Amino acid sequence: MATQAPARPGASSAAGAPAVRLTGIRRTYGEVVAIAGLDLDIADGEFFTLLGPSGSGKTTTLRVIAGFERPDAGHVELQGRDVTNVAPSERPVNTVFQDYALFPHMSVVENVEYGLRVKGIGRKERRERAEEVLARVRLPGLGARKPIQLSGGQRQRVALARAIVNRPPLLLLDEPLGALDLKLRQEMQVFLKELQRELGITFVYVTHDQEEALTMSDRLAVFNEGRIEQIGTPADVYEHPETEFVAGFVGVSNILERDGRRFIVRPEKILMTETGDGEAGVVKEVVYVGGFTRYIVDLDAGGELVVVRQNLESSSQDALEERGKRVRLSWRPEHTYDIGRDRA
Amino acid sequence: MERRSTRIGLALWALLVTAFLWIPLLLILVYAFNRSNVQSWPIPGFTTHWFRVAWDAQEVRDAIWLSVRAGLLATGIAILLGSGAAFAIARFRFFGRESVSFLLVLPIALPGIITGMALNTFFVFNHIDLSLWTIVIGHATFCIVIVYNNVLARLRRSSPSLLEASADLGADGWQTFRFVVWPVLSTALVAGGLLAFALSFDEVVVTYFTAGAQNTLPLLIFGYIRLGQQLPVVNAIAFAMIVLTVIPVALAQRLMRDTGVLRRGAANVTEATQGIPAV
Repeated sequence: MATQAPARPGASSAAGAPAVRLTGIRRTYGEVVAIAGLDLDIADGEFFTLLGPSGSGKTTTLRVIAGFERPDAGHVELQGRDVTNVAPSERPVNTVFQDYALFPHMSVVENVEYGLRVKGIGRKERRERAEEVLARVRLPGLGARKPIQLSGGQRQRVALARAIVNRPPLLLLDEPLGALDLKLRQEMQVFLKELQRELGITFVYVTHDQEEALTMSDRLAVFNEGRIEQIGTPADVYEHPETEFVAGFVGVSNILERDGRRFIVRPEKILMTETGDGEAGVVKEVVYVGGFTRYIVDLDAGGELVVVRQNLESSSQDALEERGKRVRLSWRPEHTYDIGRDRA
Repeated sequence: MERRSTRIGLALWALLVTAFLWIPLLLILVYAFNRSNVQSWPIPGFTTHWFRVAWDAQEVRDAIWLSVRAGLLATGIAILLGSGAAFAIARFRFFGRESVSFLLVLPIALPGIITGMALNTFFVFNHIDLSLWTIVIGHATFCIVIVYNNVLARLRRSSPSLLEASADLGADGWQTFRFVVWPVLSTALVAGGLLAFALSFDEVVVTYFTAGAQNTLPLLIFGYIRLGQQLPVVNAIAFAMIVLTVIPVALAQRLMRDTGVLRRGAANVTEATQGIPAV
């Protein structure tokens, strides 16, 4: 069962009804439960991320919002209107597909105009709007090409343009950056965030990449096995994980059990010294990652913790020599978070 | 040096293979214009007389007309059933899916004589008179496979979310069919249809068992050659058939290549040709 963290102030309740409201959604495929009873409110104008491993139900949830999947039970409301039985073509929603789903026989500009064309908007106006949107996604002058002649990053932006040209109040994005390389992905993360702010519309974004979710979202929901484990702002979810699963999936799972208390402490919050107070242990492994170094410390009292230290004055050589050393780990009590609630 | 000699060697080899395939055909093409009715080399003189004789012969005309009708009907049936089957196999998971797929493709691997015999037995058993329709049924068995293979390959290559994307952008079912489904599939259908027609048009073995008293064009030629009659006329007909067969096959290949649906390169060649069995 998930708790509803308050939405970002200012983002919510502007228009009264939430952009998306899911109540009691359930979807099964034979024996497999894709979504097991889900309630979710997404505020107007929010960048909301559905985060989770594959098979956790996040994509199915997105498809229920788009209308490609009928829920077995529950209701879908978009801006206060119940659309549970409304066809995808009649919903005020557009989708950026994971494989882009560009029409292979149409040129870029024909792809982008498609939504306007089927609504019967005149050739001149739709051409203008398509060109405008193509410029906005930084693809000016490529309108005549076929999708097959574009790079992966360009196709991704055509898919984006094809969706936003319809000016939907709600844009659904299904792992849109999954097929791009790291550098392009990071550029697109910034770009998408800017775009969302400029357009002022609600984005519902599906990803399995926790860093992407933390960077881009106003709020996110962490999915596991067809349920939402936690909903909150990136800071909430990262610093106050409510379940062990969330702690492990969002960030490094640094869980300790002391005096009957299970808690988590994030690697960057741990102070590692050679003497002094704190948990005693031995550095088992050192991983040099350029800007910082990751240490895995075996604790005498049981368990192990990952510690991260920035390489400020130390060199890579210094860091690597730490292996096998005895150290003390300490942290401030307010940087530990109890994991009371374990999902049954 | 070695690379150059390898290149020349390969070019020569390719030339030899091409010659091996085409010299017999070229011989027929030349004989079609032979002034003498005795086949000897070199031909004594040039004439288009045999084309006229072939054209004026009623039984040749009847045979051509029967072959065209059988080809068109078999192709039509193949397009309906083959594309329907391809859709089912590509888009749905159901019990026995793999077996159905196998059973669909099997007739093309079976020797024609088995298919022909089986059909003949079946028709006789059910007291069905051999007619145009029995020929059509016989041809449809392998024509369906051709269309099925072409459409299936196209469906597998195109994203299943295309239909969802179209609906998502506000298109109704008819618009999705008109703007997305048909353009994506049409070239595969036409190419499959052309190949199917070409196959049907020169089929002998299955036709032999299903044709009854009437002759399709290949059966007529077969009869002429067996009796050793009308050889110059046969050459003229062969000339026409080669031209008629090359055109749809070349067209089919071009159709599969020129569409933006496929990636450039080897993929489209295999898709276009995989329907063509060794006949």
